[in-house]
Amino acid sequence: MAKKGWKKLSPGGLVTEAGSSVEYQTGTWRSWRPVVDRTKCNYCLRCWAYCPDGSVLVEDGRVVGVDLDHCKGCGICACECPQQAITMVEEIKAKLEES
Amino acid sequence: MSHVAEYVQGEAVALEGDFVVAEAMRQINPDVVAAYPITPQTEIVQKFSEFVANGEVDTEFIAVESEFAAMSATIGAAAAGARAMTATCGAGLALMWEMLWCASGMRIPIVMTVVNRSLSAPLNILTDQTDMMASRDTGWLQIYAENHQEAYDNTLQAVRICSHPDIKIPIMAGLAGFVLGHTLGRVEILPDDVVRKFVGEHHQDHPLLDLAHPVTIGAFDHHDNFFEHKRQQWEAFDNALKIIPEIGEEFGRLTGRYYGHVDPYCLDDADLVIVIIGSGAGALRAAIDEMRADGAKVGMLKLRTFRPFPADAVADALRGKKAIAVMDRVTCFGGEGTPTFAEVCQALFTRNIDTKVVNYIYGVGGRDTVPAEFCQVYADLLHVAETGNTAPVRRYLGLRDF
Repeated sequence: MAKKGWKKLSPGGLVTEAGSSVEYQTGTWRSWRPVVDRTKCNYCLRCWAYCPDGSVLVEDGRVVGVDLDHCKGCGICACECPQQAITMVEEIKAKLEES
Repeated sequence: MSHVAEYVQGEAVALEGDFVVAEAMRQINPDVVAAYPITPQTEIVQKFSEFVANGEVDTEFIAVESEFAAMSATIGAAAAGARAMTATCGAGLALMWEMLWCASGMRIPIVMTVVNRSLSAPLNILTDQTDMMASRDTGWLQIYAENHQEAYDNTLQAVRICSHPDIKIPIMAGLAGFVLGHTLGRVEILPDDVVRKFVGEHHQDHPLLDLAHPVTIGAFDHHDNFFEHKRQQWEAFDNALKIIPEIGEEFGRLTGRYYGHVDPYCLDDADLVIVIIGSGAGALRAAIDEMRADGAKVGMLKLRTFRPFPADAVADALRGKKAIAVMDRVTCFGGEGTPTFAEVCQALFTRNIDTKVVNYIYGVGGRDTVPAEFCQVYADLLHVAETGNTAPVRRYLGLRDF
């Protein structure tokens, strides 16, 4: 998303759209990334329940991944997972592996 | 002036300065006033709460538990869409500190009268301008009154200034505690309907209570947008430089009392100039009259606006003068000079105006400054102009200097 200059931004940061926090990509701060091993996951959904940012993606009652645009990498999901199915990986290493 | 007959004639009355402001507030009839009593401001909200109790205004008066709450409630009310006002002074203004930035940063127009009081310790309830000068960077507009009439006129104009669509910045309107606030002065009070028409209907672009168009204000704003939002505030101050005199001109066409950023007195042929803000200008006027009668070429430049600082108007007024004394009624420490001195020097230096400037601290903690003391400043300026020697730059007027 192209950033607006001061002449175009709303005065004082006024937000006129509801639900616009979705557009704010808090995931850019992350230094640790949760990686889910779906072979270990027993679908208890504790990670989903504990995630403070609603970033655990669930479909049909199963964890299918993490919304990396908004996950801040706090690691609560990995800490709470009873199956040790979530590992926190250094973001820079995860990015390198991706590329 | 052939226009005189066209001006609206006010009713001349004698009122204490605080009651003058309360009377202006009654006429403005704000939607919400949230305030906490503190000497020497108390009489404003005390009188105004009588108006509320008597049903003379439609205002919702919120008696809060502190000045922090007063500013918070005023911000909330104004954000909701109300025309909101408050008043405070000294330590009360200091307690509002955090919220002052929130009001300006969220671009919430609020009129706040500040009955200028010193900052303790040692405990002092009397007047100087340290409270407002120490809040100069909080993003609020600042105007100061010399006398009762200006306190009244400034209060009315402040409503228009802060809510102007190109400004949208809260405003502090200062008057000296006790010296103006608790003394009787002659003031012409405009008819209610004239005031109502001048201040107009309050309009807020995005009120929180517009439930059909919900908004969020003061949201999270990090490194990616904060700088840009602050840049908007600088722009608003630049706009205010232009708009404050326009509203002062409109007020003048209505009443015969015209207002700009600065008010020169005997300045045209003056070689030596004393720059001052607020009620001290009254004593200085008397001193200048005396000195002029003796042939002294001395004049006064009174600043009405301090934020935004009217650098062009100040520089234009001081260009070609031989020596200048900048008076400040503050205890703001650590700079070589005081806030107004620094601003005046900056205005002159950046415009390549070469003159001699010295700084006087006077009247702090309520100390009276009498005309004879201003005559001493004139004598000092004569010496500065003759010798070119400005040392010491920072001087103390009326201090027991031993």
